[in-house]
Amino acid sequence: MSNIGSYEERVKNFDWSIAEKELGYKKGQVINIGWYCSDRICEMGKGENLALLWENAIGEEKRYTYNDIRVYSNTIGAFLRSLGLKNEDRVCLFMDRIPELYIGLVGILKIGAIAQPLFSAFGDESLFVRLENAGASAIITQRKHALKVRKIIDRLPNLKHIIIVDHDVKKELKEREIAFSMEAERIDALEIFPTKAESPSLLHYTSGTTGLPKGVQHVHYSLISQYLTAKWVLDITEDDIYWCTADPGWVTGTSYGIIAPWALGVTQCVLDSGFSAEAWYRFIQKYRVTVWYSAPTAIRSLMKAGDQIVRQFDLSCLRHLISVGEPLNPEAVVWSKKVFGLAFHDSYWQTETGSIMIANFPGMKIKPGSMGKIFPGIYGTVVNAQTFEPVNDPGVIGLIAFRPGWPAMMRTYWKNEATYKGKFKNGWYLPGDRARIDNDGYFWFIGRDDDIINTAGHLVSPFEVESALLEHPAVAESAVVSKPDEINMEVVKAFVTLKPGFEVSEELELDIMNFIRKKLSSLAMPQEVEYIDSLPKTRSGKIMRRVLHAKEWGEEIGDISTLENE
Amino acid sequence: MDDLKDVILEYVIEEYGDEDDKITCETPLISGGLVDSFSMVSLKRFLEVKYKISITDEDASPEAFDSVNKIADLVRRFIS
Repeated sequence: MSNIGSYEERVKNFDWSIAEKELGYKKGQVINIGWYCSDRICEMGKGENLALLWENAIGEEKRYTYNDIRVYSNTIGAFLRSLGLKNEDRVCLFMDRIPELYIGLVGILKIGAIAQPLFSAFGDESLFVRLENAGASAIITQRKHALKVRKIIDRLPNLKHIIIVDHDVKKELKEREIAFSMEAERIDALEIFPTKAESPSLLHYTSGTTGLPKGVQHVHYSLISQYLTAKWVLDITEDDIYWCTADPGWVTGTSYGIIAPWALGVTQCVLDSGFSAEAWYRFIQKYRVTVWYSAPTAIRSLMKAGDQIVRQFDLSCLRHLISVGEPLNPEAVVWSKKVFGLAFHDSYWQTETGSIMIANFPGMKIKPGSMGKIFPGIYGTVVNAQTFEPVNDPGVIGLIAFRPGWPAMMRTYWKNEATYKGKFKNGWYLPGDRARIDNDGYFWFIGRDDDIINTAGHLVSPFEVESALLEHPAVAESAVVSKPDEINMEVVKAFVTLKPGFEVSEELELDIMNFIRKKLSSLAMPQEVEYIDSLPKTRSGKIMRRVLHAKEWGEEIGDISTLENE
Repeated sequence: MDDLKDVILEYVIEEYGDEDDKITCETPLISGGLVDSFSMVSLKRFLEVKYKISITDEDASPEAFDSVNKIADLVRRFIS
């Protein structure tokens, strides 16, 4: 029997107070995610239960009990306080998937500061715009990533502390850098800051179509829906060994890679290494993973590696598989059923929603290719793109829309209230995706409603890449769109015109690719650069990305009456 | 070490390494997390430009790109 039991019954009798009661929370009281993820589990007498099984690329292992999480997060919290950091200060986490990243988030939340996790593969410019926007006071990082911080520190006067968790004593610390070792001291008691439901907890940065990245602000009350969705969609229980493959630099990696599993008291695994099918299967076998939350790109990469390799491992421990990040293609669902004996259950949500909104629930019939049904207690539908009224006919495509009010809903975009308000129309929150709903209430993803590129489940802003391209000495103009990709669904493609004196060459294309990779990230790196004489523009000079997009996807170009050259 | 490995190793260190990394011809690049699947595309492009070859998608697997030694073996297959 799954945790959710009957989906229909849950829908009929739903109230968020179910989660509040289970967590022992009463309205108006203190709610601190850091405490719930560590101290509470210990107070329940489960301090010696394993919280984290960690392994890196060279096979080094570490194990942490809930009591370890409690004391080491205390150590981090106390250290931050000793630097003068306090509630609502922004503290950035910029690390690979090392234990300090996971436990650091708990420590930051315990002192009431706002955690700002960032993907460690970000280049210095991507890092700069996010740190500057957040006004971060401190960054916790590794020495290899501190090199990127050093390049931008002169432009970040608010960034007072660069905390390096693996400092090499033989090397000199630079300006504002300070060494810190989480395991050097075990602090048993720390005064937890009394955050309330609406106290800010996290800032996750997500890409915008036409502007700089937006800081999605969440609050401590988000725990309520993260806890219940993990219980009902991921179906995790205390006896499970859970593996969320997402990086905590992205929202899945925090909501379901730190907060939800630890609030539920489950043992979770982390593999800090690059992808290979063999390494992943070996990891599942070794740690006897039972619940596996992954992403379509990874699943398609495993498919590509073939069926034979699956048979080399004992994966009989697996009992529930879930996917998120981009639509899961039907072939992947069928394939996973064939090779694992279990179908991947697709789920849908985004950084702004903070928790799962639509899912294929355990025990429910899976329609391969469908996102599933709406989570109980959330009212969602698809609406007409012009009127923002619900589309009542099954099968008709509209914009996905949710009535605001669930606990993990973002509270604003950091210092960008106007853009936040623009996400609501006619009383609906619009995530920016198009879908249809069938006769049985299943949602079917159609595509984005804007120019944002979803590559391997990560959103990339064409604007950000175009801006960076213009800093390359050879590039005069640029336009960035997605192009189809078998594994990643979409990848970045750039169209560029060159400045006088530069000539088209393969070497230049490679140079442009590497320029963006280092400046922004490998995700944002164009996988193809096409040189053209001029970009399609409107008569007012605006680049018409949709013309280039249509060309890449083999679609109708549509109305080009405003095209400059027509 | 032959010239081919020298060239590839130098490029990998220059583009993907940092001052703490001690990258050798045996260092796991993909499984070790030094080069991710997206960055692998630029590494593949470098090889294609440098050696005037075209590496098929089937051959450009994470396993084939997992060390300088393996990459050199792959390139040799295409230039021979």
